[in-house]
Amino acid sequence: MKRRHAIVFVRIAVLAGSIIFLEVCCRAGIIDPLTVIPPSEMFASMIDRVGSGEMNASIMSTFSTIVFAFVLAIGFGILAGALIHRSPRLRDVVDPLLASYYSVPTFIFYPLLVALLGLGKAPLVVLGVLSAAPAVMISTLSGLDGISPVLIKLARVHRLSPARTFSWIVLPAALPRLFTGLKLALSYALIGVIAGEFILSGTGLGYDISFAYQSFDNRAMYGTMLFVLSIAVISNGFLYAWEGRLARRRSRG
Amino acid sequence: MGGATGAAPFEGMSDLLLEDAQPRPTPRRRVRAFDTFLLVLTVLALWQTIGSWTKGVAVSPPWQTLVYLSGLFRTWMFWDHAAATLAAFLLAFLLSALFGLALGLWFGVRRFAGDVAEPLLAGFYTIPKVTLYPVVLLIFGLGLSAKIAFGVMHGLVPITLFTLGAVRNLSPVLIRTAKVLHLSSGRTILWILVPACLGDILNGLRIGFSLSLLGVLIGEMFSSQRGLGFLLVNGMAQHNVPLSTAIVTVIVVVAIAANTAMLRLGRWTAPRPA
Repeated sequence: MKRRHAIVFVRIAVLAGSIIFLEVCCRAGIIDPLTVIPPSEMFASMIDRVGSGEMNASIMSTFSTIVFAFVLAIGFGILAGALIHRSPRLRDVVDPLLASYYSVPTFIFYPLLVALLGLGKAPLVVLGVLSAAPAVMISTLSGLDGISPVLIKLARVHRLSPARTFSWIVLPAALPRLFTGLKLALSYALIGVIAGEFILSGTGLGYDISFAYQSFDNRAMYGTMLFVLSIAVISNGFLYAWEGRLARRRSRG
Repeated sequence: MGGATGAAPFEGMSDLLLEDAQPRPTPRRRVRAFDTFLLVLTVLALWQTIGSWTKGVAVSPPWQTLVYLSGLFRTWMFWDHAAATLAAFLLAFLLSALFGLALGLWFGVRRFAGDVAEPLLAGFYTIPKVTLYPVVLLIFGLGLSAKIAFGVMHGLVPITLFTLGAVRNLSPVLIRTAKVLHLSSGRTILWILVPACLGDILNGLRIGFSLSLLGVLIGEMFSSQRGLGFLLVNGMAQHNVPLSTAIVTVIVVVAIAANTAMLRLGRWTAPRPA
């Protein structure tokens, strides 16, 4: 227990130390304010921009796109994963495909998607789904693979209906691995959508950052950047903590 | 299943046994080759459909792309851009691999440092790093070094994390053996750690490879005057559909080929079950 506290303490100290170091370097003029502004300024700018409501439209637009892509990716990924799991022959074909899917930078399809679907939300959603759905698919497959045959036999012995077999046996047994996929899917959807907005788009937080960069507005750029990164860290941290709680509940039995 | 064969208290049991008796389908090479052929055909048909359905405003059909590509390969311009991407990518990957392996080894051996660093690295891995690209540009300026730095930002973390995990999960027997033999720390790393962790390290390198490629390409797509990423965005901006489709095809083929080669290498070096 003591060691755990020490680790958390050192971790916080390292983070705080780097922020203070950056602050001091910026204030002392070692780092040019045209390159990096002091962290306190970034934070103040973030508070200003969120408080004044000038980012509301972008926030709404970006997060609705991310949530939409995330939900679609989960639905599609689980459905496809379950279907592929049923057919070993299909599986033989799809497995190598899934193994090399993430080696292709999905992002290079974005210009084609924009040309295909126009410069709106549609290409962003498709990009988000393209980057997130395979992760869900892979974790669905590994979750279903991981169910011990004994459990399925148990369901048969008790003559559970398919629906009950699913909700009482299959889902709880596959959930831990599925959860890993969901966690990845959220960060992939987030990265896909924001990267798309950043490169080529007219709305959203990613566009705001790129616009601020191009108009040399460092304060706005760092403020928005800090906001996006904080949201990403908080949402990932939330899923991480939730997963830990689920795991602890399972181990308690 | 020996115990279950004795008495079957439930009727369903015979069903279960039947299922268990079925042999797992052995890999039938012929069928698999046929299926792969079907898959390739499906992908090409889909590509063709999208191409002709949109009348070539977004994607040019496969055959046309191939013809265009063979012409493109004969131009000096294409190789110039490809060389720019390749140079940035190779440097980024090399730096990621060197620093990633060193950091991973260090964090793996020093448990405390590893425990402190791991969640920080994992957190950095999941944030949208694209948003940080302007900072990289402000620090390194437009050009090769910014692309390399961005590639390293993507590639370094997975290599570090995989190496760290591999070293940490090393069987204690191996470490004790090294101690018994009084190996120096350099020799312990070279003779014990690296061979034992090779599989995981190769996996990390494979992922780092793809991600540093992604980083370099995003860098080129955002603001650059050279490289395949620039060529792709530029092709789209000028409504040169065959060019952008051709570039995407080249990148996809190269990425899959490299990944497959590294997967094969990983399987080849994997320890045979004794």
